[in-house]
Amino acid sequence: MPAREDGDPVERTRFRVAGTEARRADGVAKVTGAARFTVDLSVPGMAHAVMVRSTRAHARILGIEREAAERMPGVLAVLAGADLVAAGLHPYYGHVVLDHPALAVGSVRYHGEPVALVVAETKLQAAEAADLVEVRYEDLPAVIDADEALRPGAPILHHERGQRVGDEGMDQGEGALEGNVCAIARVQWGDVDAAFAKAHLVVEGEYRYPMLYGYAMEPYNALAFFDQGDLVVYSTAQHVYMVRRDLARMFDLPLARVRVSAPYVGGGYGTKSYTKIEGACAMAAHLTGRAVKLDLSVEEAMLTTRSDSSHIRCRSAFDRDGLLLAREFDIVLNSGAYTDNSPLVNSKTANRCFGPYRIPSLRVVSRSVFTNTVPASSLRGFGAPQGNIGGELQMDEAAEKLGIDPVELRLRNLAGPGEAILPGKRPLDADLREDLRCLVASLEWPGTGGVSVGFGVSASDAGAYPTSTAAVRIHADDSATLFTGSTELGQGSRTVLCQIVAEELGLSLERVAIVGGDTGVVPYERTTGASRTTTVTGRAVQEACRDARRRVRELAAQNEKVDVAAVEDAPAGVRVKDRERSYGEVIEGWFGAGGEVLGHGSVRRGEGFAQMPPFWEIGCSGVRLSVDRETGVARVEKLVTVGDVGFAINPALVHGQDLGAATMGMGAALREELVYEGEQLVNPNVVDYRVPRFSDQPPEIDLMLAERHDGAGPFGAKGAGEGAGNTIGSSVAAAIGRAIGVFPHELPATPERVWRLLRERDERARR
Amino acid sequence: MRQISLRLNGVARTVEIEDQVLLVELVRSLGLTGTKVSCDTEVCGACTVLLDGRPVSACTTLALEADGRSVLTIEGLAKANQLHPLQQAFIDNFAFQCGFCTPGMILAAKALLDERPSPTAEEVRRWMEGNICRCTGYQSIVDAVLDAAGRRP
Ligand code: FES
Ligand code: FES
Repeated sequence: MPAREDGDPVERTRFRVAGTEARRADGVAKVTGAARFTVDLSVPGMAHAVMVRSTRAHARILGIEREAAERMPGVLAVLAGADLVAAGLHPYYGHVVLDHPALAVGSVRYHGEPVALVVAETKLQAAEAADLVEVRYEDLPAVIDADEALRPGAPILHHERGQRVGDEGMDQGEGALEGNVCAIARVQWGDVDAAFAKAHLVVEGEYRYPMLYGYAMEPYNALAFFDQGDLVVYSTAQHVYMVRRDLARMFDLPLARVRVSAPYVGGGYGTKSYTKIEGACAMAAHLTGRAVKLDLSVEEAMLTTRSDSSHIRCRSAFDRDGLLLAREFDIVLNSGAYTDNSPLVNSKTANRCFGPYRIPSLRVVSRSVFTNTVPASSLRGFGAPQGNIGGELQMDEAAEKLGIDPVELRLRNLAGPGEAILPGKRPLDADLREDLRCLVASLEWPGTGGVSVGFGVSASDAGAYPTSTAAVRIHADDSATLFTGSTELGQGSRTVLCQIVAEELGLSLERVAIVGGDTGVVPYERTTGASRTTTVTGRAVQEACRDARRRVRELAAQNEKVDVAAVEDAPAGVRVKDRERSYGEVIEGWFGAGGEVLGHGSVRRGEGFAQMPPFWEIGCSGVRLSVDRETGVARVEKLVTVGDVGFAINPALVHGQDLGAATMGMGAALREELVYEGEQLVNPNVVDYRVPRFSDQPPEIDLMLAERHDGAGPFGAKGAGEGAGNTIGSSVAAAIGRAIGVFPHELPATPERVWRLLRERDERARR
Repeated sequence: MRQISLRLNGVARTVEIEDQVLLVELVRSLGLTGTKVSCDTEVCGACTVLLDGRPVSACTTLALEADGRSVLTIEGLAKANQLHPLQQAFIDNFAFQCGFCTPGMILAAKALLDERPSPTAEEVRRWMEGNICRCTGYQSIVDAVLDAAGRRP
């Protein structure tokens, strides 16, 4: 079935609201300035906190001189990690390993780590006092590079490991964690060595994907206070329930007495997954007895979380016809000073690096490594772009060596729909060969006249652990409110989830409201990440609607004194005794006056989601680009993405995810990189760390959709949001390689790097 | 402390401020939190407001500079619950996701359309270069501005 702009017209007419480009539920709020983000919130009597950050990469803290700061006007407290311990609080957080202190305890492990917190009446007062806090250090040897951190004798960051707290959903990897190894993941089958021995062609190489800063435009910030002993925190968190668990642990509070709320969030992309500054902010509230606001600058956000960079050594074995015989990957991730989400990033890198191909023998070892750098955690598609740069680029390199067209080479090796690409996992729920054909047709492969083409495919084990719940209230006037723990980060979840409710209940969108992202109000949702909301949360929402409808049928049966089997669903109510009754009629008939019906839905690892992953997130994108041989500047002329999403419940929102992800991918491929020189970041600001702007937009963009209703989500939908970016790095590298005759193995392919490759190639030719 | 008078979203106001207070701090302290701060260094355009009709980065503009002038923030754009054509076009073209860049984007675009009522796509891109959006990939914003240009009253 070919990909189409607008899906199957017959399929589409089955629905009233699903499949339409309904306007965003948050539209008016966001264009009028009325949308409230955490940074916009204040409460009466609120104090402000500013962090004091480490000026050392690795050191013991000998003492913190705070008297000068404490004497400054407006200062309420100067807090250090030791105070948290003295107050009986647990300063460490982490959803996999409890090793990340809210404020450094005893030692610092990276330049820029929070060491103390100054709380004052105004932010200016806190900032001025923070400058007066003197920290005395005893320097320890530091290690910045991950390969060096693995060498014997390297400085060790964590002599004692934090307690492991990850549950089944937190794939922590395996193996002995010695030295600076944070996590190890292995994937292995077949006889790899024998396969390499008999190969017709072996391609081998080293590849690097950079450390990135996600730059969500609203920097991390939080507002915390205690209300009759209950902890209330507003924050920029993507996963409010994960943060709730961390805070409950830090304060020894029952989950019920911690409330975490994320109003509108100014960009997430994974960078706001899991706990960041909420613990420090809440501890300040606890120790001062005040409501405390802690809002970071962009520079500080860059010192809070980055992505894991990768160094890949890999080789691929092919037979004469270009069929893969074996692949082997040895991957090292630079994961920074604390565990955070790196074990998951690492296991995803291991699962995602080799691609959705039929591979008879495979051996992957990926190690996440502690270094004295900013802690790494999630960023859009994590693991996939980091691994793809090796896996996909070797397909292109092999094609060239074998004299086989790289499209054809992939078509020969790609797994088909229903085939397993990882043993024991969900069979592939996508038609990658067809996607690839659509992609290269739009890219006008093989390219002509100074324009070269690069493309790639990937399949990511997405969706995370499928635990979701939702509640729907049907009101007596035939309107409904959805309650979901999913967070609106801009991806449009509120819109899509409302569309699902409207579709299921037969209501117009105007009659559906949504309340989201507040653990004090909405039912449990594991995370808002891994492109899961439409698929996994969407199913819980569907279940909640069906449960509400079931309740309405029961009430109608009692009203009419008939057996419940005699009541049927009508488009927006029920049909009983040959008459249609609206929800409102049934509800008011039953209560006598007022009333409502509540439906609850839950999804777990079972039923449609028994097999992991909940869906395969497909990456299928590519570029046409040109390279200026004088300057080394690569310019993307056309971007093409194929959004293989099963069914686009809102096509405009899917396009937004695809173009957004691809644009981030192009930034990483061509320009973005956090650079350490010595023990410090040299570009910790958005002047030197340049993200894509209007002028970087490709002149031509083609965003296609492939809708085959093959997803496990509502109406056959699957997630979007990461895929298009996952394959951009290798696509750009491949296109540059075809333009200049040598494939860049290190991203970003900056003008300097491209120019250097050109020069090296010319020198080789001259010799 | 100093007294300044300005027209803020069409309303005459007199406020007392410290010399070093920034325009973005002033408007946000008056409850107009639609104006956002991101880079805080005149790089991203999130804090864009119109000062006598011209776009400025409120994160690096002193509030004092608004003395005797008119300031338009995003909250002043819709008239009596009637969205400005740019606002409607941003909604219709899905020209935002998280919305954090949006107030600045819309005001920058308004200044462009006031100056050049029917710009080309290239002119839109060039004019908007100082505004960063991390979510959308920009195309929908260009579409929205062109759409608004076509439908201006
Ligand atoms: S916040 Fe003013 S330009 Fe970025
Ligand atoms: S909409 Fe999120 S930064 Fe532009």
